[in-house]
Amino acid sequence: MTFMSGHGGSMFARRFHAEGENYICFHVLISRKQFFFGGREKIGMGQVLINGMYSGVQYSLIALGLTLIFSLMNVMNFAHGQLYVLGGFVTYYVYGVLGLPFPAALLGAAATLAVVGVLFDVLLFRRVLARSARDESTMLLACGSALLLDSLFIIFFGEKQRGVPPVVGGVLRIGEGIFLPYGRVLIVVLSVVLIVAFILFMAHTRWGRGLRAMAQDRDAARLMGVNVARYSMLGWMIASVLAGLAGAMLVSVSGVNSGIGTWISIKAFIMVMIGGAGAIPGAIIGGLVLGMLESLGAQYMSGSQYLAIFVALIVFLAIRPRGLLGRQ
Amino acid sequence: MVGKKTGWWATLMAAVFVMSLSITLAEDVIRIGVLGVMSGPAASWGLVNRYCAEAAAEMINEKGGFEIGGKKYKIEIISIDDRNDPKVCITGAERLIHEHGVRYIIGPNIDPTSMAIVPTIEQGGAISIPYAFSKQLYSLPAKNSILGMIASYQAGPVIYKYLKDTKGIKSIAFVARNDSESLNQRDEGVLAARRLDLGIVAQTDSYEVGTTDFFPVMASVVQKNPDLLVISGAAPADTPLLIRAARELGFQGIISTETAQDAKVISEFAGDLANGFISVGGASTPEIRSAYMEEFIKRYEKVAGEWNDEAGTKVYALEIILNTIKEAGPAAINDVTLFMKAMDTFSMPNPYLKDNRPLHYVGKSDFGQKRQISVPMVVTEYRDGDFETLFVGSVAD
Repeated sequence: MTFMSGHGGSMFARRFHAEGENYICFHVLISRKQFFFGGREKIGMGQVLINGMYSGVQYSLIALGLTLIFSLMNVMNFAHGQLYVLGGFVTYYVYGVLGLPFPAALLGAAATLAVVGVLFDVLLFRRVLARSARDESTMLLACGSALLLDSLFIIFFGEKQRGVPPVVGGVLRIGEGIFLPYGRVLIVVLSVVLIVAFILFMAHTRWGRGLRAMAQDRDAARLMGVNVARYSMLGWMIASVLAGLAGAMLVSVSGVNSGIGTWISIKAFIMVMIGGAGAIPGAIIGGLVLGMLESLGAQYMSGSQYLAIFVALIVFLAIRPRGLLGRQ
Repeated sequence: MVGKKTGWWATLMAAVFVMSLSITLAEDVIRIGVLGVMSGPAASWGLVNRYCAEAAAEMINEKGGFEIGGKKYKIEIISIDDRNDPKVCITGAERLIHEHGVRYIIGPNIDPTSMAIVPTIEQGGAISIPYAFSKQLYSLPAKNSILGMIASYQAGPVIYKYLKDTKGIKSIAFVARNDSESLNQRDEGVLAARRLDLGIVAQTDSYEVGTTDFFPVMASVVQKNPDLLVISGAAPADTPLLIRAARELGFQGIISTETAQDAKVISEFAGDLANGFISVGGASTPEIRSAYMEEFIKRYEKVAGEWNDEAGTKVYALEIILNTIKEAGPAAINDVTLFMKAMDTFSMPNPYLKDNRPLHYVGKSDFGQKRQISVPMVVTEYRDGDFETLFVGSVAD
């Protein structure tokens, strides 16, 4: 069987085929054919909740970087989704095209995004923040950066959707109606590890304490000896790496395309609004809440789930404008 | 000395200006506009139109231009990104018509943008070739829009009937993107399924533009166990994700769509989980394409960087515009009423297909007037990284 023939052939198909050959049902290995053509299963609430948790964990990772930059610099980074997209493309080329191991792709994405984060700080935001006290200046800069990156992505990466096969093939079936592709399980585990590592870093390292001090009071932190410029750069690096790693991991589950960045940013802002701008636990909660709302909405209000989510968000913000855990 | 130097420079510049002016005047140009979405998640729709027009124009210009009334005209493509926004699209149409003097516009890509520019093109004396399916665009009193491809309501019934007859499907479910274009396609599909007495088990499930995880919406649809799952108006970016989500959730039935897709995009993400996926292609499947189409594919790859199977359905616009103008005469370059008159009788051999079947205008049965290009209805099945032709149909005259 060939996967390279004609214009539509792909080098990925072969690997996908090899890895996706078998599916796990409890402890019994069954062939894919049996899996797909065996009996029909009913999908129930368990699947809905797991879908929500899965989306929520991903969203939390995306929202963390956005809220970190807001808390440190008071900057609403509208280009956050584009950083996610860049991470996805790096993984596509390193893992998908070059065929290097997935961890190498993650490292490549993290390194690339760290550099981009530094460039964002040094070349763009630091200069504007030094010259303008108006919040609109950085908002416009962030919007402009997002449009610039969108255009560059189209030029360099093209208009097509890009994706890679699952890092781990197969599907775990639990009970009568819960399907857990191993690729998704791996992404959830990696996301949780990253979130926990980030929390520990912020709570227990000198760098983390410095960042938190800056987030609480930038001037006081400077007076206490925190090198604000260097810590700002570190904050941009971490935020960019978090967004990039989210994109890097999810390219195997959701794919990536040049135009998806704005929608990722919009969702990230919803999460931050729910959890509270500038609050790191709030970003995690906001991500989980949005993921769960999407999943429940798709099941019970299909077709108008986002209408319901936005109405609920408006009502919620009218009652609690600073979100669940946001600062005053 | 300085005055002498300045005089020389002035003479030289004047000579260059006069020469360039004379070259411009000597070279007759037909400007064709491409107006569509070229950024954002649906960018591939408009960019494929643009790349098709640019590739075809390059091929024509290399041969000295396109001959109309004994004179050769160079083809100039002017592209504008409407971002799928009706307001931006109106501005784009106004710029094309009034700033660049364009009379023939390829695009836009969706109903809202295509409908929005109707007054602009009618007042500006222009014609558009949208890739949108609303019947209002092509039915009287509208006259200035020509459907550039096969509509979902034309392909859907044919595909459903084929699957009913050959695979014995009895139930059908629809999932659509939550935008007016896709929802319209879904509604048309539902009507077609009803006419075929198929049991409709799901027809309200939808997902938002920008969705990256399709497990939630697919979980809702898959549990209804349809024999055929139709993803209405699926953007090529979403299609492999939808297919993989459905398969990973254990869906065993057939998946289809009525829009054009790209095999490589499907292959990269869904792999052989997409085997058996049915969609509507164009002239690009190896079984049916002509040597001219092969040449076009190579040129498209040069222009766009890589081939896109969507282009197989969008390759026809520039070719048929120019050949209809040729038949109508040189005055039709700037007068679309002459073009419209010629449409009723125009016919040419389809240069992109081996069988050279006629390429002409159809649509009387669907729109009451000939306002559709007779693009062949190539129904394809995805298999191991490529599309295979299931059958080639055509739209009724």
